[in-house]
Amino acid sequence: MKKLESIEDKLIPAVFSGILILTWYFTVESGYIKEFTLPSPIGVIKALFDILPDLRVHIAVTLQEALAGFFISIALSIILAILMDNIEIARKAVYPLLIVSQTVPIIALAPLFVMWFGFGIIPKIIVVILVCFFPIVVSLLEGLSSVDRDLLNLMKSMGASRLQIFKMVKFPASMISFFSGLRIAATYSIMGAVIGEWLGGRAGLGLYMLRVKNSYAYDKMFATILIIVVLSMTVFKTISLIQYLSMPWFREMKEE
Amino acid sequence: MNTYLNNSYKLKINNIKKTFEDLLVVDDVSIYLKENEFVSLLGPSGSGKSTIFNIIAGLLKPDEGEITIDGEDFTGKTGRVSYMYQKDLLLPWKKVIDNVALPLAIKGVKKQEARERVKKYFKIFGLEGFEYKYPFQLSGGMRQRAALMRTYMFSRDIILLDEPFGGLDAMTKRNMQYWLLEVTENLKASILFITHDIEEAIFLSDRIYILSNRPAKVKEEIKINLPKPRKSEIITSIKFNEIKKQVINTL
Ligand SMILES: Nc1ncnc2c1ncn2[C@@H]1O[C@H](COP(=O)(O)OP(=O)(O)O)[C@@H](O)[C@H]1O
Ligand SMILES: [Mg+2]
Repeated sequence: MKKLESIEDKLIPAVFSGILILTWYFTVESGYIKEFTLPSPIGVIKALFDILPDLRVHIAVTLQEALAGFFISIALSIILAILMDNIEIARKAVYPLLIVSQTVPIIALAPLFVMWFGFGIIPKIIVVILVCFFPIVVSLLEGLSSVDRDLLNLMKSMGASRLQIFKMVKFPASMISFFSGLRIAATYSIMGAVIGEWLGGRAGLGLYMLRVKNSYAYDKMFATILIIVVLSMTVFKTISLIQYLSMPWFREMKEE
Repeated sequence: MNTYLNNSYKLKINNIKKTFEDLLVVDDVSIYLKENEFVSLLGPSGSGKSTIFNIIAGLLKPDEGEITIDGEDFTGKTGRVSYMYQKDLLLPWKKVIDNVALPLAIKGVKKQEARERVKKYFKIFGLEGFEYKYPFQLSGGMRQRAALMRTYMFSRDIILLDEPFGGLDAMTKRNMQYWLLEVTENLKASILFITHDIEEAIFLSDRIYILSNRPAKVKEEIKINLPKPRKSEIITSIKFNEIKKQVINTL
């Protein structure tokens, strides 16, 4: 029963995607849309193999920026979430700012970072941090504050210190929520790096996209987008895998 | 018998009073517990029973009155008595054995040693073979037993049980009551037990304090002179029903 369901779960989106791609293919092949506006899926795949050797270095740069930003975000989020969770005033002071920070369009801020930090890797990492930070902090905070009050009282009644309560109860209890934030942030991290690169630089997928766009090579642009999607999916899946491996109880609970 | 001769109180609660904002919840309650005694607090829900436990456990400070344990003042001090809630509050990410060993971990005992120390109790608590399962893999009754075992690992001498079987179905509850009686015969613990189930209180206890509606006051103290060890038949005995009538009249 379970197996059947999971096959069904995979089959339905696969079939649906297949239909979409076929529709795309026939629309372009029939000449309804001109090939130079929208390349056919086959053209995109061909372009992908053509550019892949050149792209390697760009992929490496983008990944590097995304991962650096992602890890810095995790570290900052953990520190901030712990502070906000323990110090009521910190929470009250910072939480609204966090929300407001998300309403500021990053695309509008990015030129500022270029002015301040130049065309190197730093402004890109900052953009990544700006998009990753929020989902991680919020999910971690939510996890930390969702712990059953009775459980905290129980720990206190057994004489546990604040640090022990944090290590033994609060942090592990917030893991599920934390990981869902991490998954979202990991996916955004690639996009953040690409946006950062649009502002200019020496290498990276975003930069490459700009170049091929300027030469009207839409098939190559689509191929690059495909790569970005695959990279984002890969980091997403990697986080899921880490969660799967690091939370055996959760895994078994889901399998039950 | 000698516990009655030497007049030492294990736990004594003297004239405690507690108000939340303007709400008087506990009004001048005095209770005592002797060594190896099983005493129930019986009262309607919302009357302030859990608040009394929180005060005994040191999680809340009473506005007035004091808590003494073995003659020593423990008012507002945590970490002395063990306390079990209605919810099992097991940590879902820890195996049963590590959940049970949690109090030892808090005291700084290393994981392996803590496991060694708790292992031998799994049989008594009816959890043999479930050491390395996760809590979600146990039934409700087993989870309560695991929680009780954790409680016992913290402190053997004074145990507070706050409606530990309140969330179980009637059958499981009955079984757990028989089991608890049997276990407490061997464990040598002094137990304070909260319930609003009259039969449960009579069946398990040596003494019962009947509490009023909020604010909680001791309405009456009833000694249960039923022979021990108790068997299930006792519930239908004349003596049992006389006591039950007396309790209902007081409530
Ligand atoms: N921390 C608290 N703050 C304010 N009111 C509380 C608090 N804890 C309990 N109360 C109130 O005290 C009353 C008694 O609660 P409780 O001791 O839990 O009753 P019982 O365990 O007998 O059901 C309830 O009306 C409850 O709302
Ligand atoms: Mg209660």
